[in-house]
Amino acid sequence: MADKKVIVYSTPTCPYCKRVKDYLTQKGVSFSDYNVAEDREKAKEMIDKSKQMGVPVIVVDNDVVVGFNQAKLDSLLA
Amino acid sequence: MYDLMIIGGGPAGLAASVYAARKQLKTLLVSGDIGGQINTTWGIENYLGYQFIEGPELINKFQAQVGQFPIDQKIGDKVRQLKKTSGGFEAITEASDKYQSKTAIIATGKIPRKLNVPGETELTGRGVTYCAICDGPIFAGQKVAVVGGGNSALEAVLDMVKIAEHVNLVSLTPLTGDRVLSNQLKDAKNLTVFLEHETREIKGQGLVDGIRIRDAKSGEEKELEVGGVFIEIGLVPNSDAVKELVQLNQWGEVTVTPRNETSVPGLYAAGDVTDVPEKQILVAAGEGAKAALQAHRYLQRLVK
Ligand SMILES: Cc1cc2nc3c(=O)[nH]c(=O)nc-3n(C[C@H](O)[C@H](O)[C@H](O)COP(=O)(O)OP(=O)(O)OC[C@H]3O[C@@H](n4cnc5c(N)ncnc54)[C@H](O)[C@@H]3O)c2cc1C
Repeated sequence: MADKKVIVYSTPTCPYCKRVKDYLTQKGVSFSDYNVAEDREKAKEMIDKSKQMGVPVIVVDNDVVVGFNQAKLDSLLA
Repeated sequence: MYDLMIIGGGPAGLAASVYAARKQLKTLLVSGDIGGQINTTWGIENYLGYQFIEGPELINKFQAQVGQFPIDQKIGDKVRQLKKTSGGFEAITEASDKYQSKTAIIATGKIPRKLNVPGETELTGRGVTYCAICDGPIFAGQKVAVVGGGNSALEAVLDMVKIAEHVNLVSLTPLTGDRVLSNQLKDAKNLTVFLEHETREIKGQGLVDGIRIRDAKSGEEKELEVGGVFIEIGLVPNSDAVKELVQLNQWGEVTVTPRNETSVPGLYAAGDVTDVPEKQILVAAGEGAKAALQAHRYLQRLVK
């Protein structure tokens, strides 16, 4: 688990985003968090990677998860 | 075979889980997510015990409490159909898994209503969103449309006029939201309001680039160039999986007795998916608790 690179694209006002980040923290997973409400570059990157515009987007190595899908995150982080 | 299957992990289903576990029922919780509608809420000021709590924080607390008990949880899958069997119930999920139980609680809550217009499904997440507070900031500097005329639409407009280049509010009816909110709209310079206009189509290849609206009185159609469409037209009950099994009212809500009984013995329902008069977290939690205790009584009668 320690070797996986995890990125979260989020907005400060999105409750699901907070839950994703709380969940990762609770699992002891470290991640980079990009605020796409302020960082237009990262917003574009998120849309490119996920082909959509909703937050949160979580990238685990090369896998992209849209929304707080706990089961999917668990399997990618296992 | 489970004693009890709880379908839905919002406040109703989570409270039911706690009560079922404390009655030592062999319980399965199957849900699309944990927290339900609270996932789209920031400030909660009317859940007893907290003068103020953030939605995600309240869900974390619910989840931690449920997690203390030895119940099985399948989170991230949804029940496609619930059927009656000779020994109770069988659920078939979207992932094609099957679960059997002697009793069940429907606690599937509500989801945002769809417009049902061309382009909507294809462009969901590609400019069409049902969670303005979540996705709103992504559309900073763009032209957007908010569809709806109630409080949630007005709140979305008030948030978006601060950051968007231009906001179009499109409502099929006159505004129904609170006066305190609609009064605040008057000062916004980058807002155009289309009352009694029907949204006919959401356009775009890959991403949203516009909507087509129609004046309900004159029949005149117009196209608006927008990159984001926020749909805020209320909620509908998530009763599809049981619509062939139980009695629903005219709005698609599962009708229940004061004891949370549905039209099928051994099958209970709780929270926003039912015809219970108030749709609130505290009410849903209370209803979930009642439903679990009723399921427990039913199981006791079965063994006698
Ligand atoms: C923006 C907003 C703000 C709100 N603010 C407040 C507030 O401040 N205070 C307050 O008291 N109430 C508030 N509410 C209302 C409150 O959130 C609801 O009354 C409450 O969440 C209802 O709980 P529930 O468990 O019945 O349903 P829901 O919260 O809707 O949960 C339903 C659950 O069922 C799951 N599900 C759905 N279909 C299926 C299926 N087929 N199979 C398996 N699982 C399924 C979903 O994934 C979800 O987990 C607010 C609602 C919204 C939308």
